[in-house]
Amino acid sequence: MGSHGIKDRVAIIGMGCTPFVEHWDRGTDDLLIEATAEAFADAGVRKEQVDAYWLGTAQSGMSGLTLAKPLQLQGKPVTRVENMCATGSDALRQAAYAVASGAYDVAMAVGVEKVKDGGFQGLNAFPIPGDGTARTLTAAAMFSMVVPAYGEKYGVSEGEMREVLSHIAAKNHYNGARNPRAQFRKEIAAEKISAMPKLAGQLGVFDCAGVADGAAAAIVVRAEDAHLYTDKPLYIKALSLVAGNGSGVIDPEYDYTTFREIAACAEDAYRQAGITDPREELAMAEVHDCFTPTELVLMEDLRFADRGTAWKDVLAGAFDLDGRLPVNPDGGLKSFGHPVGASGLRMMFEAWLQLRGAAPAERRIPADGRRLALTHNLGGYPGDMVSFISILGSELG
Amino acid sequence: MTTDGTAVSTGRGILGYGAYLPYRRLDRKTIAAVAGTGGGKGTRTVASFDEDTTTLAVEAARNTLRATPGADPRALLFATVAPAYTDRTNATAIHAALRLDGSVPAMDAGGSVRSAAGLLRLALTGADSALVVGADIRVGLPGSPDEAAGGDGASALLVGGPADGPVLAEYLGGGAATAEFVDRWRTPGDVRSKLWEEKFGENNYLAAGRRAWTDALKATGLTAEQVDHAVVAGLHGRAVAGLGRRLGLREGALGDDLSGTVGNTGAAHPGLLLAATLETAAPGAVIALVVLSDGADVFLFRAGDALAAYRPTRTVAEQIAGGAPLPYGKYLAWRGLLPVEPPRRPEPARTSSSAAVRSVDWKYGFVGARDRESGAVHLPPQRVSMTGGNVDDMEPVPTADVLGTVKTFTVDRMAYSPSPPVVFAVVDFDNGGRLPIELTDMDASEVAIGDRVEPTFRRLGTADGIHNYFWKARPVRTARAAEEA
Repeated sequence: MGSHGIKDRVAIIGMGCTPFVEHWDRGTDDLLIEATAEAFADAGVRKEQVDAYWLGTAQSGMSGLTLAKPLQLQGKPVTRVENMCATGSDALRQAAYAVASGAYDVAMAVGVEKVKDGGFQGLNAFPIPGDGTARTLTAAAMFSMVVPAYGEKYGVSEGEMREVLSHIAAKNHYNGARNPRAQFRKEIAAEKISAMPKLAGQLGVFDCAGVADGAAAAIVVRAEDAHLYTDKPLYIKALSLVAGNGSGVIDPEYDYTTFREIAACAEDAYRQAGITDPREELAMAEVHDCFTPTELVLMEDLRFADRGTAWKDVLAGAFDLDGRLPVNPDGGLKSFGHPVGASGLRMMFEAWLQLRGAAPAERRIPADGRRLALTHNLGGYPGDMVSFISILGSELG
Repeated sequence: MTTDGTAVSTGRGILGYGAYLPYRRLDRKTIAAVAGTGGGKGTRTVASFDEDTTTLAVEAARNTLRATPGADPRALLFATVAPAYTDRTNATAIHAALRLDGSVPAMDAGGSVRSAAGLLRLALTGADSALVVGADIRVGLPGSPDEAAGGDGASALLVGGPADGPVLAEYLGGGAATAEFVDRWRTPGDVRSKLWEEKFGENNYLAAGRRAWTDALKATGLTAEQVDHAVVAGLHGRAVAGLGRRLGLREGALGDDLSGTVGNTGAAHPGLLLAATLETAAPGAVIALVVLSDGADVFLFRAGDALAAYRPTRTVAEQIAGGAPLPYGKYLAWRGLLPVEPPRRPEPARTSSSAAVRSVDWKYGFVGARDRESGAVHLPPQRVSMTGGNVDDMEPVPTADVLGTVKTFTVDRMAYSPSPPVVFAVVDFDNGGRLPIELTDMDASEVAIGDRVEPTFRRLGTADGIHNYFWKARPVRTARAAEEA
């Protein structure tokens, strides 16, 4: 028994990603067609050549028919995947494992979410019949509880915490301003972010990810077949998923300054990929910055910083576009918005562009020989979440 | 008009008492500025947006049972003029929150203040012990006399005989006068009551009250001068005040009807006034409770020696002193009289009845589970422990009376709530369990890490007409803070 991973056994040979915006004029079908068409063209593959499909969507459709119908797939297996905010990533994980198993030669993972047709601000979950005792807070409020807890544990004043959170948001807006697929393409000064009225706890609107519709897609094949399709494949080094037991919510030992599921997921992913020092070995990371304090804690759970020190690294610019380890060079959830089923694949799309040197010059990460990227999603709340991590690389070995 | 003076010498009486007054107060002076009329002097109590007569009743009943060691009521009798449901019984939710045994019957008596007096009479003359609970939320149209004179609250009296526990106040006997005259009426579903010309009702009540009073004295062999404390409850303010002056009582024997501070709490009021009287009465004192409602009911008690040792969980006096003001606009919004813009979020889905039945101990009783092996407390209860691997190796952990401490918190200005913002905290309970839980009866700016809080039974919301009852936490402000010290 063990989590062995599939390092260097599967490669991505083509990707597609729609702009993430409020697509008032386009439906789920349109977004799926656009993202998959770009991926097909990128890989030079027709839909008939793809042997199996995995569709990630949290609540924009039921079953594989959600993809099979708009694409007019004939006689193909299509599986719908749902794993909260890790939905798109988990679709890729299923497709990659299916190819690694030898069951299929070519597989496609697609993620989509049509969020803005709901008519409400923010993300809203499906009502599941229950006894009525479950909490009904917004995600912003749940993640806001990290702020006083982190500040108290590590002796960071309220003002310093505010400065750290605003730096994270300003950095991601800076990067997003350089990305034509991002929803928000304006730089926003940290001072302005700090001055916003508070929506939940100490979080203002600029501490929260945007909300958008979008889709993204990836085509995977066995690593040895990759060069039949492209000169610059991206190899899958690790795919790790942890679904927590929810104990953080009810365990008095949990202190709201870490996400246990993510720390465990990171250990597994680094082991699969053979990474020992992520902050030196990774060229970039796309992480789940649903709220600014989330990104702060992630820097420690992903071992990009020692416990209690990430806030200093953030302020020192360690995770800026030109920093030691660029985090969210595409602008993150902050600039893109969060079409749940699509976000994980959108992150991989940025790794696809950056590691292959295809990212536009104005947001290109430093070329210093590092060839690995990490993408990370979480779904749920502090103490009660799923975590996904992928590690991708442009070279074998 | 019929009358019935009854003397009893069964030794039965009041074994325990408790009241619950909600935290908020409306200053009547603030009414006229908005409504253009109405108001007056003093304050009235206001049930929170998350309270209804069922939750008010639970709090009063909990106060009573907590103060009465060994209390084991064999019936739960609930009276209200503002039931949360019709067709189905409201007392069953109270029963579940109190964790009474399934063999204990629970029933409602609704529709009139007289139901409360009627249930008390049934309990006093019955055989088994019974918990008699009254709760009301009094509403009138903005600016109306009912709006200003009303109050929200609940009371609970544990009634039984010497075999059930020490009798605090023995029931000596009473009188009743039943009279049919339409002086006040409200068709089901209406917010407001309508009133006939005031003097008409007053005359009828004074006649009924005097007759029941005379019969009660005759039945018990007492004279009015021998009555040490008397309180009069009823929705007709002039009749209540007028009868009090005509009972022939000694100077100072007539008790405060709480109209200046609490307002008239309808079906809760007889029990509330009796509770307030028992708080100050000395052993041996004769106490009269008079209820004017569609006639009159008179109950005469004699305080026993056990009363001196009885410590209410929270006295009426300290609850009156402990409230906080509520702006009139918010009051109107809470009562549904001022429609305000709801949060732009989807409304919660209706509660699943079948899921609620499966978790009735948790949802209504606030009972968690402790892993017998590791001691880890699970709120809500789990079948598999978060520590170790045992399945179904848990024991129940009743948590409704356990205090907790705020570990971290947030104020959610976007979440759906009938009265935003939502104040929410991660609370570690003293029994070892943790639960993220909504806070209530406080302002958003008040909350801080380290605050002490206690569970309170509330209505989280209503969807598709199904009320969603569960527990919140409120700051520890009154007697229990002293209890801790």
